[in-house]
Parts: sequence; structure tokens; C-alpha cells
Amino acid sequence: MRIATGGERLMGKMAARTGEKVLGWVSLVAVAVTLFMSLVVVPPDASQGDVQRLMYVHVPAAWLAYLSFFVVFVASIAYLVTKRIRWDRLAAASAEVGVLFTALTIALGMLWGKPVWGAWWTWDPRLTTTAILLLLYLGYLAVRRLPESPARRARWAAVIGIVAFLDVPIVQLSVTWWRSLHQGPTVRLLGESTIAPIMLTTLLIAVGAFTVLYSYLIVLRLRVGRLEERAVAEALSPRIGVPVAEVVDDVDEGEEAVARG
Amino acid sequence: MTLVRQAGVIAAKDLRIEVRGRHAVGTILPFAATLLIAFGLSIGPGRTLLQQTAPGLLWLAMLFASVLAFRRSYEAEGEDGALEGLLLAPIDKAAVFLGKAAAVALQLIALWVAVLLLVAALFDVSLGGDTGIVVAACLLGTIGLAAVGSLFGVLTESPRAREAVVPLLVLPLAVPVLLSGVKATSLGLAGLGSQAGGWLGLLVAFDVVFLSAGTLVFEYLMED
Repeated sequence: MRIATGGERLMGKMAARTGEKVLGWVSLVAVAVTLFMSLVVVPPDASQGDVQRLMYVHVPAAWLAYLSFFVVFVASIAYLVTKRIRWDRLAAASAEVGVLFTALTIALGMLWGKPVWGAWWTWDPRLTTTAILLLLYLGYLAVRRLPESPARRARWAAVIGIVAFLDVPIVQLSVTWWRSLHQGPTVRLLGESTIAPIMLTTLLIAVGAFTVLYSYLIVLRLRVGRLEERAVAEALSPRIGVPVAEVVDDVDEGEEAVARG
Repeated sequence: MTLVRQAGVIAAKDLRIEVRGRHAVGTILPFAATLLIAFGLSIGPGRTLLQQTAPGLLWLAMLFASVLAFRRSYEAEGEDGALEGLLLAPIDKAAVFLGKAAAVALQLIALWVAVLLLVAALFDVSLGGDTGIVVAACLLGTIGLAAVGSLFGVLTESPRAREAVVPLLVLPLAVPVLLSGVKATSLGLAGLGSQAGGWLGLLVAFDVVFLSAGTLVFEYLMED
């Protein structure tokens, strides 16, 4: 019986690895298509010229930033409700990817702002909100490094993941009242958009490609998270060098695995 | 005991510690004064510039000083296993959060009085104008800050706690308080209090969000 479950687990693992590879290739192709569309197919912007092409990376990166932090929020609530460590792993993975893409959004925005606005940085609401967003989640990642116990780390992180996300709309509102300079939204769900169809198509492809890339990065980071926990469990195992993989895979609560190992 | 009574007991305990230890008077007030002097020196002696920047400097000084108050609020719990005692006490964890927030808020209000007088004297700012608006901004801002601080001050109680983590977390979270506070205060000081309604509303929203979030999730920061 035990051999059978072991075999099933192996099959499951191989299927997961295949899925991961497929996801990786799909993201690669999608990003390549985005590059081709945004650099070759789409004509340069009438007023801004080639610089405007940055939009096809900047907007999807900003979308991913917000998506990631929303996932952190949902996973944090799910962790506090269920106490399953896999939710904490998801929150941690999503926060890391989110910080990466928030930083990318700001960097690309600055590259675009210098020629178009004439300054690297302006105290525009969306820029300022994004910068504060980056700081908030850098704080989240800093707190994740504090506690010794995985369960405590997960609980602290979950509280911050929830509170930080609730803070974002208030920050956004306060900074918007404070001043405004950013381009108005060009894509509207209802009514007339002020963007050429080919540009819109490219933008949507780019958003799709980045979203696939996001799921690939998350899947990858989740596996690294599991491996990290296994490494800790093995290091604490009385039988050093003997894999305790089965224990970690079976038990969802990481700390329990450490205690058993 | 009801939640309010329990919170009152916690707040009274924290205030008693402060009265006996005089930490806020001995450390936090001089720190705020030092900040204000440093701001004044870095901006220079020009009177108009100092008057223009005074509301911002006032709130910055309060923000930094309040971080010290949050740390202090939980520092006392780290000694002699006081935190374990608090965990074992037969009271609602939300009461600990609310009580600590109330105690910090009262200390900060005392600090406000001193800092406002200092700003008025150092930067030659008249505290006339719509005083009610200024007072309302200070009170509402203090409640929000106390809620954030009493929620995350507990993070200093980690064996691996680093000094910078609480400010790193609290300062970005408190950006709406800083912005609304500064705006409402400058409008109030300029006698344009009628335009400050939106900013005060934002402060109220911040207070409501953080007090309710804190009441709901605080127990997860404490339990072990």
C-alpha cells in the first residue's frame, strides 16, 4: 500500500514538473510575441514617438504589481482562516514577485518620464502611491525575516499582508487629493477608448503574457519554498543525510514537520 | 468584564508605567524638540519659509516621536515575562490592542500640546485661525497613529527584532495620516478651516479602518 502511494506521489510530482515546464515555455512564447508586436508591428506614437513603446511593458508590470498584492491579501486571509502553510507560501511568493514588478514599474516609468515629462520623478499620485506600495511590501518582506518559528512568521506576515492592502486605497485617495499630473486612463471598459486598436491589441497581449509569466514565477517560487522547508527539516533531522521528503510532503503545517523530523 | 472595561485596565496599567518611569517626558519629548531644532537649522532662519513648512515639520516630528512611543509601549512588556502574563490573562486580545492604543494616544496628546507650543515659538507660527480644525486634525491623526503603532509595536518583541523594522512598516502605512494631518493643519492655521472637511474625513476613515482591522487581527500577532 505504501509503495502504491509512493508511486502515485511520484506520478503527481512528474505531472507537476511537466506542467511547470509547459507554463515556462508558454510564458517565453507569450513574452516573445509581446516583444515582436510592441517593437515591430505597432507604429510609433504620433506625439511621443518610440518612447511610448515602454507602455507595453510598463502597464502590464503595474497590473502584475497590483495583482500580486491582491493575491497576498487573499492568501493572508486564507492562511489565518485555515492555518495551512501552503497559503503562507503563496503569500510570500506573490509578495516577492510583486515587489519585483513594482520596482520595474517605477524604473520603466522614470525612463519614460524623463523625455516626456522632462523629469525622472514627479510627485504625481500614481507614482507616489506606487513608491509607497513598494515600501510597504519591502516592510512585509523585512518582517518575514524576523521570527524564528515558521508558524509565527506566517501569522505576522498574514496580518501585515491584510493591513497593507487595506491601506492602499486610503494612500491612493490622499495622494490623489494632494495633486495630479498623470495621464488620464486611456483604456476604458465602457465607452470610447482614446487608443488605436492595434495599440490596444498589443497592450492586451502584453498584459496576458505578463500574467502567464506571473503564474510561472509563482509556481517556481512555491517549489523553492517547499524545498527550503525540506532543507530545514533535513538539517534538524536526527538522521542527518536521510531525506525526510515524505514527512514534509505529507504534512501541510511546516512547523509540525520540523517537530516530527 | 466588558471589552471596554478590560481595555481600560490595560490602558491604566500602561499609563501607570509611564507615570512611574517618565519615559515619554524624559526621552520622547526631548527627542521631538531635537527634531524640531534640527529641522529649523536645516531650513535656515528665513521667517516665511519656516512658517510655510511649520505644519509639515510639526507632523514629521510627531510621526517620528510616536514611533518611539510604540516601541516603549511594548518594551515594558518584554521585561520579566510580562507579555506571557498578558497572554495568559483571561481577557480578550482585542482589549489589549485597544487598551495599549488608548494609552499611547493619551501620551501622544500630551506630547502634541508641548510640540505645538514649541512649533509656535520656534517657527513664529500663530496658533490662531481655526483652532478647532487644528485640534481635530491632531486628535484624529493621533488615534490613527496609536492604532497602527499598537498593532505593530508587538513586532519589536521578536528575539531577532531589528530596530528599523517598526518604522519601516509604520511610516509608509501612516502616509495618509501625514498628508491629511499636514493639509488640515495648514488650512486650519490659515483660517481656511471650512476647506479641511475632506482631509478630516480621510483621517476618520483611516482611524476606522485601522481600529477595526487591529481589533480583528491583533490576536494573530499575539498567540503562540
